[in-house]
Amino acid sequence: MKEYRTINKIAGPLLFVEKTEPIAYGELVNIILFDGTVKRGQVLDTSDELVVVQVFETTAGIGRDSGVRFTGETIKMPVGREMLGRILSGGGKPIDGGPEIVPEKRLDITGAAINPYARASPNEFIQTGISTIDGTNTLVRGQKLPIFSGAGLPHNTIALQIARQAKVLGGKGEFAVVFAAMGITKEEANYFMQDFERTGALERAVVFLNLADDPAVERIITPRLALTTAEYLAFELGMHVLVILTDMTYPGYMYTDLACIYERAGIIKGKKGSITQFPILTMPGDDITHPIPDLTGYITEGQIVVSRDLHRKGIYPPINVLPSLSRLMNLGIGKGHTREDHKKVSDQLYAAYAEGNDLRGLVAIVGKDALSERDRTFLEFADLFENRFVRQGYNEDRTIEGTLDIGWDLLSTLPVEQLVRIDRDMINKYHPKFRNAEKAK
Amino acid sequence: MEVKSKKSKEPKQGMLKRISGPVVTAVNLDAHMYDVVKVGKEELMGEVIKIQGDNTIIQVYEDTSGIRPGEPVSNTGLSLSVELGPGLLTSIYDGIQRPLAVLVDKMGDFIQRGVSAPGLSHDKKWAFKPLVKAGDKVQGGSIIGEVQETNIVHKVMLPPNAKPGTVKTIKTGEFTVEETVCILDDNREFPMMQRWPVRVPRPVKEKLNPVIPLITGQRILDGLFPIAKGGTAAIPGPFGSGKTVTQQQLAKWSDAEIVVYIGCGERGNEMTEVLTEFPHLEDPKTGKPLMERTVLIANTSNMPVAAREASVYTGITIAEYFRDMGYDVSLMADSTSRWAEAMREISSRLEEMPGEEGYPAYLAARLSEFYERAGLVKTLAGGDGSVSVIGAVSPPGGDFSEPVTQNTLRIVKVFWALDAKLSQRRHFPSINWLNSYSLYLDTLHDWYDKEVSPEWNKLRSWAMEVLQKEAELQEIVQLVGSDALPEAEQITIEVARMIREVFLQQNAYDAVDTFCSMKKQYDMMKAIRLYSDLAYSAQAAGVPPNQINAVKSKNELPQIKFIKDYKPVLDKIAKDMDAEFNALRSAS
Repeated sequence: MKEYRTINKIAGPLLFVEKTEPIAYGELVNIILFDGTVKRGQVLDTSDELVVVQVFETTAGIGRDSGVRFTGETIKMPVGREMLGRILSGGGKPIDGGPEIVPEKRLDITGAAINPYARASPNEFIQTGISTIDGTNTLVRGQKLPIFSGAGLPHNTIALQIARQAKVLGGKGEFAVVFAAMGITKEEANYFMQDFERTGALERAVVFLNLADDPAVERIITPRLALTTAEYLAFELGMHVLVILTDMTYPGYMYTDLACIYERAGIIKGKKGSITQFPILTMPGDDITHPIPDLTGYITEGQIVVSRDLHRKGIYPPINVLPSLSRLMNLGIGKGHTREDHKKVSDQLYAAYAEGNDLRGLVAIVGKDALSERDRTFLEFADLFENRFVRQGYNEDRTIEGTLDIGWDLLSTLPVEQLVRIDRDMINKYHPKFRNAEKAK
Repeated sequence: MEVKSKKSKEPKQGMLKRISGPVVTAVNLDAHMYDVVKVGKEELMGEVIKIQGDNTIIQVYEDTSGIRPGEPVSNTGLSLSVELGPGLLTSIYDGIQRPLAVLVDKMGDFIQRGVSAPGLSHDKKWAFKPLVKAGDKVQGGSIIGEVQETNIVHKVMLPPNAKPGTVKTIKTGEFTVEETVCILDDNREFPMMQRWPVRVPRPVKEKLNPVIPLITGQRILDGLFPIAKGGTAAIPGPFGSGKTVTQQQLAKWSDAEIVVYIGCGERGNEMTEVLTEFPHLEDPKTGKPLMERTVLIANTSNMPVAAREASVYTGITIAEYFRDMGYDVSLMADSTSRWAEAMREISSRLEEMPGEEGYPAYLAARLSEFYERAGLVKTLAGGDGSVSVIGAVSPPGGDFSEPVTQNTLRIVKVFWALDAKLSQRRHFPSINWLNSYSLYLDTLHDWYDKEVSPEWNKLRSWAMEVLQKEAELQEIVQLVGSDALPEAEQITIEVARMIREVFLQQNAYDAVDTFCSMKKQYDMMKAIRLYSDLAYSAQAAGVPPNQINAVKSKNELPQIKFIKDYKPVLDKIAKDMDAEFNALRSAS
């Protein structure tokens, strides 16, 4: 392989190399420093005069005397079943002291788009045991559902609880977790690793760790390595893979970049496995309109929003259902999936909580006494909702029936004629006030 | 085939000089703007978008990884065109009309590159029934025969730019789309299929003023902010506000004869949802599967960006083709913002001078050219046809002041403003009734008068007034609480709540409520009006508001939505309301 020493310019993460043979767009590049260190990059623009290389690591140490080798191929990674139980760096190198990965296959890390016609529609309900997800923002297998959070909020704890409790009711098949951490601290990494080890989850997990002091540019490839691994496990080995990506908030990503990451989820017709994605984003300044959460929200199939207010009230998990959404919920709930009343109970809970929450603002101005009786019941409903439906233990694994029944108990505190989202048949069948009478019939 | 061909000239093989993502530069290539070229050894499909000195700049519709300077480029001499003929319906295409089902067969579950596939099957035979006979005079756009494609009859036409002539031979029987079915006396031969360059609007005889609403079965749209057949509408909204659900509801229930749905830079699973759902849903008018009248274009967010740019043109050209047969076509584009972003991405690779927020300076022109292709028209064949265009817009941060939303609003006549606040409280469809508008109300006035009821237009204005009044009153309520309002205004608040909860809210996932006929919309609104009239007169007669609010029969109204045979129930509610109010009045 030819080595060029024709670097003409270095600016930020970009190298400009002159007088090369024809170099392919997207080629993997090795940069050899004077001390023998090898750094990696990728061709961003190529012409017969100049080749632009984006370096995945810091450019510290690269100079005119550095050698540039074009590998002639796009970035590939070794994959294999042996990766389960392993901890790798953000660049895909083992860091757990174990041996190198013996590849069963080498795959291009950019991955190809799934042909929309080849996709199967996700419709299998995943029970996470968390009411605010299962009841009101239901996750289905093959979905990409991010957690929008803020600095200092327990998003990682929630992610771990989901990773631990997630199951498909009556479902079979092999599970795996692919966990990729980008730019997290050593302490956070330890927290994840300890939990994985404590619960035995590590055996069925592949972990990629790019820590805060690792090169930031490497973070561009870490999620791609994770997803390439996930695709191998899901679509070649037939496993159901849950991918957790934390933290996806880093600058410079445009719509298409994010789409090429998030769209690598789903189910393929005729294949056994699936990829379900849980990206975690910490919104700078808790601002949901910040470009990264904003672009993410347009691509993913909903979002789970972690709220600082609820966290301050001491409620765990502090998930604010109002701005949260699961777009695929309706495919995975109802008769044959969860329970026939699910959709309508969820809608009614939302509407009532939203109304009660609005009234809190009003009470702050005019006081509780100025409220009508109807309004007072909604105000009380909002408190009950947070304390009984939202709040639950870190180890509390609620069934979907349990979650819906809590919902009905709460709704029964409202006058029955206020339940306009639910049809009469469902009310007669499930409302605590009528259901026993109905059974007696 | 009537596409301009420059094949007469000796085609020169060019050479790649530079590759920068989806944009590549070739030298020594004999090319015209928008020619389709084959790039590199793998012959990736591309289109000429700029010519500068000896450099030809090409946008490539497939991933360019691995392509090197020095590889060959050849010109097909054709403009980017679609194949039009029997076989379009029920198909799902990528942005450049490659059938995705065929691509799965050819390259597996993931999109690979360098594979071409014609838009229509060239092998399948269709039963062609002639509608002209030898000796008939025909011209561009004339309907010469038909094919029963699905439950839709596909009219076979001469290409719009065909010169007039006289039919010499017309055939009957089973033919592929390429076989000749008609020969004119100057020996020009025509197959069923025609090609049309996507960036050129198909010609019509005349554009007409739209006077009939596109009935969608969605109460807030048909009732308050209707779009006309041949009209244009935009649905802007932040993520999670229900753009896609609204677009899909329109694709399902709008009373167009043909639906073209473009998934432009959106989610893969959404297209799958449409593909899984539509074959099982029935057209409320014909009872046939909705899929049979549908053409889908899916260029998801992770598919090549240049093909995303082309996808809206591919879609609108197919829509125009069905319009030319005399059909009412509705086209949904979800989302035009992703289309605009594709333009931005290509433009920045071209190193063009950026306009507002990095979008190219020609953004506004492209958007208006696109929406201008909508319309109710007199076709070349002499019939009436229409294309209604409904574009979703995804403004960053939900901020409507951004360039794509603003430039779109300058062009379209209907604005359905989605509101995240409404969707958060599960008020669906979460279209804000105060910010939305339709500029078709005047032109559609007579239709509603005649087809729904002479009262309808008045009822509509009344409902809008109540909602407007409520918004003003809510500001006061926020300060002093609702009990402090005068009695009459407390009733207004209650009536407005009923309009919102009974009429405006609609459950897309309920088997009955998902589609609401205009008749039912009218009956529902009339019932709310009845309550309002009774309540005000009771209040005038001295009945206190808390007693008026306690009227039980009105609580049954929301249930009407979920009942198919609603009329007897609604009549009973009206009677009960009357009785309850009578009792209240006589007691006071």
